[in-house]
Amino acid sequence: MSTRKRSLNKEIVNHAVKEAFIKLDPRIMIRNPIMFVVEVGFVITLFLIFVPNAFGTAVSAGFNIAVALILLFTVLFANFAEALAEGRGKAQADSLKQTKKEISANKVSGNTVKQVPSTDLRKGDIVIVSQGEMIPGDGEVIEGLASVDESAITGESAPVIKEAGGDFSSVTGGTRVISDQIKVRISSDPGESFLDRMISLVEGASRQKTPNEIALNTVLVSLTIIFLIVVITLPFFADYLNIQLAVPVLVALLVCLIPTTIGGLLSAIGIAGMDRVTQFNVLAMSGKAVEASGDINTIILDKTGTITYGNRMASELVPVGTHELKEVSEWVAVSSIHDETPEGRSVLELLKKQGFEFDASVADGAEFIEFKAETRMSGMDLKDGRKVRKGAVDAVKQWVESQGGIIPDNLNQNRDAIASAGGTPLAVAVDKTIYGLIYLKDTVKPGMRERFDQMRKMGIKTIMCTGDNPLTAATIAREAGVDDYIAESKPEDKIAVIRREQAEGKLVAMTGDGTNDAPALAQADVGIAMNSGTVAAKEAANMVDLDSDPSKIIEVVAIGKQLLMTRGALTTFSIANDIAKYFAIIPAMFMLAIPGMEALNIMKLHSPMSAILSALIFNAIIIPLLIPLAMKGVAYKPMSSSQLLSRNLLIYGLGGVVVPFIGIKVIDLIVQLWV
Amino acid sequence: MTAISLISIALTLLLAFLLARPAGLYIAYAFHNEGTRLDRWFGPLEKLIFSIGGIRRNNQNWKQYAASVVLSNTVMIILVYLILRFQGVLPLNPSGVASMEPTTAFHTAISFMTNTDQQHYSGEIGLSYFSQMIAIVFMMFTAPASLLAVAIAFIRGLAGKPLGNFFVDMIRGITRILLPVALVMAVIFIALGVPQTLEPTAVVNTLEGAKQEIARGPVGSFLSIKEFGNNGGGFFGMNSAHPFENPGGFSNFLQILLMLLLPAALPFTYGKMVGNKKQGRVLFVSMAMLLIVLLGISLASENAGNPAINALGIQHQQGSMEGKEVRFGAAQSSFYSVVTTATETGAVNTMHDSLTPIGGLVALGNMMLNTVFGGVGAGFINVLMYAMVAVFLSGLMVGRTPEFLGKKIEGKEMKLIAITLIISPLLVLVPTALALYTNADTISNPGFHGLTQVLYEYTSAAANNGSGFEGLGDATPFWNITTGIVMFLGRYFSVITMLAIAGSLAAKKPVPETSGTFRTDNVVFAGVFLVTVLIVGALTFFPAVALGPIAEHLTLKP
Repeated sequence: MSTRKRSLNKEIVNHAVKEAFIKLDPRIMIRNPIMFVVEVGFVITLFLIFVPNAFGTAVSAGFNIAVALILLFTVLFANFAEALAEGRGKAQADSLKQTKKEISANKVSGNTVKQVPSTDLRKGDIVIVSQGEMIPGDGEVIEGLASVDESAITGESAPVIKEAGGDFSSVTGGTRVISDQIKVRISSDPGESFLDRMISLVEGASRQKTPNEIALNTVLVSLTIIFLIVVITLPFFADYLNIQLAVPVLVALLVCLIPTTIGGLLSAIGIAGMDRVTQFNVLAMSGKAVEASGDINTIILDKTGTITYGNRMASELVPVGTHELKEVSEWVAVSSIHDETPEGRSVLELLKKQGFEFDASVADGAEFIEFKAETRMSGMDLKDGRKVRKGAVDAVKQWVESQGGIIPDNLNQNRDAIASAGGTPLAVAVDKTIYGLIYLKDTVKPGMRERFDQMRKMGIKTIMCTGDNPLTAATIAREAGVDDYIAESKPEDKIAVIRREQAEGKLVAMTGDGTNDAPALAQADVGIAMNSGTVAAKEAANMVDLDSDPSKIIEVVAIGKQLLMTRGALTTFSIANDIAKYFAIIPAMFMLAIPGMEALNIMKLHSPMSAILSALIFNAIIIPLLIPLAMKGVAYKPMSSSQLLSRNLLIYGLGGVVVPFIGIKVIDLIVQLWV
Repeated sequence: MTAISLISIALTLLLAFLLARPAGLYIAYAFHNEGTRLDRWFGPLEKLIFSIGGIRRNNQNWKQYAASVVLSNTVMIILVYLILRFQGVLPLNPSGVASMEPTTAFHTAISFMTNTDQQHYSGEIGLSYFSQMIAIVFMMFTAPASLLAVAIAFIRGLAGKPLGNFFVDMIRGITRILLPVALVMAVIFIALGVPQTLEPTAVVNTLEGAKQEIARGPVGSFLSIKEFGNNGGGFFGMNSAHPFENPGGFSNFLQILLMLLLPAALPFTYGKMVGNKKQGRVLFVSMAMLLIVLLGISLASENAGNPAINALGIQHQQGSMEGKEVRFGAAQSSFYSVVTTATETGAVNTMHDSLTPIGGLVALGNMMLNTVFGGVGAGFINVLMYAMVAVFLSGLMVGRTPEFLGKKIEGKEMKLIAITLIISPLLVLVPTALALYTNADTISNPGFHGLTQVLYEYTSAAANNGSGFEGLGDATPFWNITTGIVMFLGRYFSVITMLAIAGSLAAKKPVPETSGTFRTDNVVFAGVFLVTVLIVGALTFFPAVALGPIAEHLTLKP
């Protein structure tokens, strides 16, 4: 992870500066119509430096040069922002490319094994990968079992087990087998592998404008056209009043009015949004998927692994018969000292947490009896001959009865109480005596409840899917605070739920890893596959979580919202800025001809020239000043949309009106020293 | 300005606002497609019209609906053009009015069909009674009915229902809404002293022995629909400043009420039809607030009078009385000018040319925004368009794909909205620049005021308002043709784009509302909506008005 979480280093910045100039190429600029207008403005003013009288009224050469320079910098700043965002992705891509060195593969053809370069491998080829070798391409393990180091992709250094069949059979090209040997069927042609796609995604090469970006761009372009109309008609108005307007002044007005701030930062925001997702170690196949995640109405979550730890943990000890809790705790401890199963360890943790002490020496020299499916018990045979057993209540009951022991009256009652609360009871017995029960519970991960509360505030409904019986499911659902649950669910149920929600017009997100999840992942509007999952699941999903942490879907939703919010906030800011710019430039344009216009110069700017230059300089430097915000995204806390709107309107709307008044005034105080 | 006049203004507004809700609910009921009790009353007449017109009453898709609007209106324009061109030889022409010159007829036909009613002729000498009654009054019914129908179809689309049938909607608008009210009000106006006669212009000998011609005609029936349908074209050249077209205080009050009735009612119609009454109320209150603020500015400015004239020692306790009728005074004149521009009616009881610069700016601003209630249907559609822009920006600000009434506003809708937003400055600023450059000699009062005259003319045409700033020698082919084109595009371009949006939204699956949904029926949204309207309007037109009324105001020195 640390290798890919890169902030702005010098190298990226230097590269971005270079790129900012390369992007001045009009063929590239035309893709961003707003900044293209600024570039055209620059060319016109540049031309006027050499031929001052080309369009009638001339202005002082110094003013003309200043306008041209500021315009050039405005474009450069915007290019720099985009290049910077792209640069961060490129840096990630470079580290991935190192992984993608040419690897030689042991290709199986018929009965022989041949060494071929990995680039010659085609879909369906079978290769053998042994200990220490790189896996030459994406594929599926068809034979064998091996531990694989996937840190190049996931950043996670602990190796993962891959084996044929089941949900852990998919392997990724560029990862290394560190033990044993596997036979892999290659599932992608060269250039189409997971790694290739990942590189092109983080590089931004395959970036397409998202629907929302297109809609916003339409609005921005239409505003630009409106201001073009305003500025082009203005000299005719002025001419009628015998006021001559110089072209550089008109260009300055136009550039100040068109939404350059958001226009210059729009693509940087989009790229940075994708980048934020990638930094979370989630690989989004498209920006559209990230945006859609901001709109999610319903999230379908697997219980096991996402909401709960998945293994049952001891949560309570229940004495039966006449036994004391103290006695129960001692025997429970003895039975679990050598029990390495998660359940066994959780028993010791519970005892420690509740402050029970026990005499570990009782177990000295004892023999550990492992859990077996036939006996459904584990335990210890102590040195003194006593036998301690822990296991399913029925099994322990039988074991005690077979020795002629007596079953306490309240055993069944307590067992049923635990079972009906959704837990699993384990009985603990020593020879003929049953001491008590361990209440095993599927534990909800800490913080889940708060997260679900947040989601409810955001208007997102959570549905939990579990194979448990309805009783257990209801208990966990209540504890975790999910809105709805499906008990005893089969993979088909997920699709049914997704379709049902979608039929109501909702957008549904889900996580999954198994092959049988693939159809549901494809059906969902946002499907996040776990990297540990099968190829089928990853193919069907539109995001892959490299850390295989299903609860990350929640962060992805927040990033999606943040992405839209950043666009909205900067658009509002950009448009609101125009008010102050009008009050700077309009009086400046007409003050000489119409002295009364001084009344509109509410900022009391020094002179017409300084006013226009100050507005233009403000317009330019606001772009680099806002780059950090564009990259980081505006702060997002889950709250109701009305609160969120009021808050953002206050900051970016009102701020957008006020900030330029102050900014332009301050710049004017400096500029007036020269003009 | 006396307290009495302010109280009477407040009472008029109060009454208009109180009437808005019941009127709005009635409109919703009148256009209900699933059979209502109104069918018993109006059914037979409507069935007769439908069978004569061969109307099939099927639901139309947006393209059919839009085509029906544009084609039927174009046919009517051609018909009226022909009537005007041949009125000299047609019957009912006792005063012997000549046939109309081609470009003026072109302009007039478009003007009345587009509910603009800009007049480059004087009614009493330019039109025969036949033209007034058959051509003009005919259009005064069909024009508002057309746009009311479009608004209803647009609302149906937002509600996710089929758009309906244009011909059915237009006929119902006339039979159920326009005709009954116009009939009753005509009788009242006649009772108040407005003439209703087919006798020719009266010629009388005055006491000094001079000969005076007194124009008259079927004014009562003309007047009621002129105001109620937000038409605004005057029977007489002086419009509602003429005593026969506005005899006194009470008729003045009724006219203001009639102008406001339909535009103020539509938000409630909308709330009822989309099933979100609160949202209708929010839009109504937003617009009412805009109106009240603008009215306040206008009243203050007219009351203060012209500093240059005041400095001459001329009595100005009455406010600025230049160009105003003594019958109404500054307050009622200013009130009328604000309402007539807000509702895009265009009738005048005062010379807008003589309003103080700021009073003129308010009138101009009303038309530029075209959302301060706005004309029948068109205004409200515009309001909903701005609401969608506001929704789009707010949706982004809360991190969701914007939704309006549960329908997602996406690229396609925004594209349509974007081109509609561009059309307004295009139709106002470009022709104004052209006219200032080529036809500056037709301006009677050169300078900032002259610039305002031209700007006002095209703004009035583009917003389909029709009131004139006057003082412009506008009865020339240049003015007739350019404003004619502006009026036509100003009306039908947005009809087509907005119906396209309605069609697109109607086909969308509604998104269920959750706590994450951005609400469009509360105070926050009202604020965003108002700011969007003001900023988009201000940013577009600020330089133009800065050189017109604002410069004039700033240079008016005692």
